[in-house]
Amino acid sequence: MAVLTSRGADGPDAPQRPGIRRRDPYDAPTRRRAVERPNYVSGVLTSVWLLIVAVPIVLMIFWSLERRSDYQKGPFSLPNSITVDNVREVWRFGFSTYMGNTAIVTAGSVALMLVLALPAAYGIVRSTSWFAGAAFRGFLIGLAIPAQATIIPVYWMMDQLGLFETLTAIILPTVAFQLPLVVLILSGALRDVSRELYEAMTVDGAGAFRIFWRLVLPMSRGSISTVCIFTGINAWNGFLFPLILTSEQGSRVVTLGLWNFQGQFAINIPGLMMAVLISTLPVFLLYLVARRWLVAGLAGVGGK
Amino acid sequence: MITTTDAPPPTVDRWRPRRLRSGIDRAPRPNALYVLPAALFFGTFAVLPVIGVAVLSFTTWNGLGDPQPAGLANWQRLFTDDTVLAATGTTVLLTVLCWATQTPIALGLGVWAAGQQRNRAILSAVFFLPLLLSSAAIALLWKSILDPNFGVAAKLGGYIGFPDGNIIGHPRGALACIVLTVAWQFVPFHALLYQAGARNIPRVLYDAAVVDGVDRWEAFWHITLPQLRNTVITSSTLMIVGSLTYFETILLLTNGGPGDATHVLPFVMYVEGFRQYELSFAATIATVLVVFGTVLSLLIVRFSGFAKMRSTLEGL
Repeated sequence: MAVLTSRGADGPDAPQRPGIRRRDPYDAPTRRRAVERPNYVSGVLTSVWLLIVAVPIVLMIFWSLERRSDYQKGPFSLPNSITVDNVREVWRFGFSTYMGNTAIVTAGSVALMLVLALPAAYGIVRSTSWFAGAAFRGFLIGLAIPAQATIIPVYWMMDQLGLFETLTAIILPTVAFQLPLVVLILSGALRDVSRELYEAMTVDGAGAFRIFWRLVLPMSRGSISTVCIFTGINAWNGFLFPLILTSEQGSRVVTLGLWNFQGQFAINIPGLMMAVLISTLPVFLLYLVARRWLVAGLAGVGGK
Repeated sequence: MITTTDAPPPTVDRWRPRRLRSGIDRAPRPNALYVLPAALFFGTFAVLPVIGVAVLSFTTWNGLGDPQPAGLANWQRLFTDDTVLAATGTTVLLTVLCWATQTPIALGLGVWAAGQQRNRAILSAVFFLPLLLSSAAIALLWKSILDPNFGVAAKLGGYIGFPDGNIIGHPRGALACIVLTVAWQFVPFHALLYQAGARNIPRVLYDAAVVDGVDRWEAFWHITLPQLRNTVITSSTLMIVGSLTYFETILLLTNGGPGDATHVLPFVMYVEGFRQYELSFAATIATVLVVFGTVLSLLIVRFSGFAKMRSTLEGL
């Protein structure tokens, strides 16, 4: 509970600060006094949720390092010895293929998304054409389309295009259904680029494309990383489109690999947990190095 | 809709010089070709399938050959099919349960995480961990935890009325398992929305409340909650429309069982389409889902004053 009490110094009993700062209604210490005294109710509830989040993750890590014989002694028994045999088992199951396919789908989705969404956002914010406005309204309405409900025509379409059983078939709808939100995030960011900067570019006699390349792209680096991560994680974790658009081992992605593994070795929980951990590892590493961008990208809120 | 936190209030433009306000600067403008690829792509791979769903619902198609016209046969079957009727009830029940579980938790966590203290930042890092895992990974993790033989459920089931630990094998227990798993997965996302919303509440409101001698609970009830109204609506809309994505969780966690206790409409759609190969009947269910999802989000937006976005800043 150190979490809760450590803030006591700033609470109502804290010594009063010099008068001139206290009169400012936007002054930070005043606000802290008002609403951020130790709040025990919210502290207890938060701790409960912390347990609910942390315990399954800790169990997963323990189980993944156990031998099966240790695991069967009970869910809370600590492992007698740590083993990496599970890694070997997961790898033998073909996880290298699954991980490779997922990496291709992720990279392809991010690349295609940037190629489509960046010029579109620029056009929507800056173009005077009626088409740009109409497209933007179209994307707004498109936000409400539930991707799950369209799997049957998507399946038919990919079959007709001869793309069934290919990774391209996964990339195309994955990108399409995230396009509206990404365009919305990017065009929101581009609106913040001031008109004065655009004016300044004309001094060099820059054309529309040069402005896009030299001004718009550098100015929106932050939101570009956000949408890259948003698109990438959704592609990495995607399940439904791969499920209906591929069926052979060679073209399956890692989420389906997990399902297959569970289907074949239902009682090998340590192996399964190791498989889950391995499938999450790249995203987790990204979380360690770029938490801020990642959380912003996951929320799709633009990093507030 | 979600990005509103980032954009400056549109009224700001009013005080800009006329030339810049109306968007007239001398910089060259991109033409419609910049938007065209994205629009075509979206039209082909997202809008066309939505139209396709509706068209397919008036055909008969088993996945082989081409769909044949079938008039209203699928729709007549839809309204008399016992599986579909039962699944509709389950879908509504599950959506309500998930909303009622997630909203208070996400609201509380989000408001709490909106504080600036260091320890909150560290704890928030833990709270957002489930966001990293795929639906498949989360469903399989919880399936292991709820395993009646070796999982945690075997130990703890006795305390909550399941002496054999087989919570997931009981119709009501299985529903509860799905609600728990879904909450574990999606609460962090909604907490992020509430965190962003809570950070945008003007401090002056709380300062005024202190002058009036308001305690914390009253401040939460009369300032925080009303100020978060738009966030509540956004989050609820996403939850309700997102209840279609529980399909993956259900497929992996309970596979619709025990019996048909956890058959929801998206699950029935998948089974009809890709296990029974009645793809045109599955498309009929999908049409209902599209209409249901869209109408519901529009109704929520219409009746909760979401359109009057700026009204929370009245009087400031």
